[in-house]
Amino acid sequence: MSDTLKIINLHVAVDDKPILRGVDLTIRRGEVHALMGPNGSGKSTLGFAIMGHPGYRVTEGRVELNGQDLLAMEPHERARAGLFMAFQRPVAIPGVKLADFLRHAASNIRRPDRKEGEELIPMREFRKELYAKMDQLRMDRDFARRYVNDGFSGGEMKRAEILQMAILRPKFAILDETDSGLDVDAVRLASQSIAEIGGAEMGILIITHHDKLLEHNQPHYTHVMLGGRIVETAGPGMARSGPELAAELHRHGYDRIRAAYPEAAADEQAMQRASGRAEAAAV
Amino acid sequence: MATDVKPEAPLGFEEINKYDFRNAERYVFKSRKGLDAEIVHQISDMKNEPDWMRQFRLRALDIFLAKPLPTWGGEIKLDFQDIYYYIKPTDRQGHTWEEVPEEIKRTFDRLGIPEAEKRVLAGVKAQYESEVVYGSLRDELAAQGVLFTDTDTAVREYPDLVREYFATVIPPTDNKFAALNSAVWSGGSFIYVPKGVKIDFPLQAYFRINAQNMGQFERTLIIVDEGAQVHYVEGCTAPMYTTESLHSAVVEIIVKRHARCRYTTIQNWANNIYNLVTKRAVAYEGALMEWIDGNLGSRLTMKYPSVYMLEPGARGEILSIAFASAGQHQDAGAKVVHCAPDTASRIVSKSISKCGGRSSYRGLVKIERGARRCRSNVVCDALILDPQSRSDTYPYIEIEEQDVAVGHEASVSRIGEEQLFYLMSRGLTEAEASTMIVAGFIEPLVRELPMEYAVEMNKLIQLQMEGSVG
Repeated sequence: MSDTLKIINLHVAVDDKPILRGVDLTIRRGEVHALMGPNGSGKSTLGFAIMGHPGYRVTEGRVELNGQDLLAMEPHERARAGLFMAFQRPVAIPGVKLADFLRHAASNIRRPDRKEGEELIPMREFRKELYAKMDQLRMDRDFARRYVNDGFSGGEMKRAEILQMAILRPKFAILDETDSGLDVDAVRLASQSIAEIGGAEMGILIITHHDKLLEHNQPHYTHVMLGGRIVETAGPGMARSGPELAAELHRHGYDRIRAAYPEAAADEQAMQRASGRAEAAAV
Repeated sequence: MATDVKPEAPLGFEEINKYDFRNAERYVFKSRKGLDAEIVHQISDMKNEPDWMRQFRLRALDIFLAKPLPTWGGEIKLDFQDIYYYIKPTDRQGHTWEEVPEEIKRTFDRLGIPEAEKRVLAGVKAQYESEVVYGSLRDELAAQGVLFTDTDTAVREYPDLVREYFATVIPPTDNKFAALNSAVWSGGSFIYVPKGVKIDFPLQAYFRINAQNMGQFERTLIIVDEGAQVHYVEGCTAPMYTTESLHSAVVEIIVKRHARCRYTTIQNWANNIYNLVTKRAVAYEGALMEWIDGNLGSRLTMKYPSVYMLEPGARGEILSIAFASAGQHQDAGAKVVHCAPDTASRIVSKSISKCGGRSSYRGLVKIERGARRCRSNVVCDALILDPQSRSDTYPYIEIEEQDVAVGHEASVSRIGEEQLFYLMSRGLTEAEASTMIVAGFIEPLVRELPMEYAVEMNKLIQLQMEGSVG
């Protein structure tokens, strides 16, 4: 049986404000799922909640990896179980070299029962592997010695995320707007890179606004999120294919979706008013 | 009679000794507790010193007694009459390896300290048995005219040199603890590097353990003659296990024209220690003085390495790291005094506070009248790991010239939830993630350390961080 990531009736709140209102989604290893939707519809929230960010509180529902209850695990345990998220805004860790950080991460993920202070993958062996992957991704080897995301350009950050994914080889990867902030060429390169590092062997959830990132990773399924739930899905055996729906949304936007799902559209508006008020209060 | 030799005498430090060491089998020489002229005479007698040094000590004692405790910095709760001021160094060894607490042994193992060094560090042995290894190095240095010995020996063997420079940088009148050290000092290192001689390896790294250097009131004097270069490394990262509660050293450095000196200290004191140290260097024309100072442990550390730039083109750099944990107060910083034009200085200070620890940066940038076109840059960053901990900054800037460039940046940060989550999402536990963030925070200073010290420093940070996360 292939590996399965199962999201069942997931409700998530941030600062006591409900964001996700019952998301169901099943991803099998080897599948590419695109998750599209307007800003603020809850796409990134889904990613953070699955990965276990403490600011995203699950109020109802389940997330399972091969039947294991992911929600009972700490983020590092989820990572060791085979989950990965490429961040939309990767976080800078000044003073920590990318190579050192990744060696530590890879040691933990390849040996999930590794205790703190136990040995890491030998430096020499790891460096060889890292350089090979960097060459494959056409990244300058100097990157390995730079501090994690510190002073990286937008494009460099996203490529560093893909590099991490290539080294950590997760069962399931969530790519949170890996295309945002990149120009067309950079998006194409990122898309190609995901395919090259063996994306086909993972289960991938690509959160995106555009279909460019999907160019080299044709989605088996495309989901549309609105007002904190998935309102429409396209894929095998359905009225339309994944790429067809993605192309439509990219070209024509979400007006048709809003019209077709008025209840979700109303929730979307309520969420945006709430976040607008929060922003106004913050200013 | 103040001096006594008695069998089976316990060292008498049980009341302040966290680990309750006992020595039962050795005869021990020690002066009685407390401090007065009689004790100072005894110390001088024991060392068989020239009269000028005896007179110097006695004068310093008067100054010490007359000076009040500093009213700033940390709280000093010391009874000066309840301290032993002199113990013959060879008698410091008193306990056996079996008596060394498991906690300390484990720390040594984790740091990968060689067996022979462990015993010295734990106070079991007084001298590192490696004269054979070091002998040839000593000879090599001696051939170049480098003098490198403990300061007691220097007073006897190089009296003219010592007398010319001793206490010229830090006179006893400087502060109460400099006066105390001047009255009762013992041990420390004396280094003279002749004109033009460049020593291209870190000095102490090879002479790493020398019990006499680890005294309670050690006195170090380094003279780097014109165009010469030396890097001296003091102490080590292993926990300093001593039975005394007060450590008060004086370090004086003279860096002559176009010479360079780097002085690296990493100290990790037991939690009962008051570490009150005066370190100062003078730099002449075109000279460079660098202090790299790492402070871990102790109950209270007050230490502000300083550089006085006396002639044009002199430079001073001070990099410091302080790590304050439960029950600890690190009041550390730096002083730079620009006394001549076209001098430049840089201060980088990093502090970490956790588990209720307190760290303070206290620094002075002073530019004297006439010291035109000076540049000084100060950066101090504090990282606070939990809400119980504290960090303060006390920057003093005194400028008496117009034409100068002085910059000061300070930042205080906490380990961010976003940083932790990012690292944890890559399989690191919360503790590993925190440790990595802290190691990154001090990396700009750690990379200035000799390799082996950098490795140990990182391991030490790991140890310090253990158990600090829920």
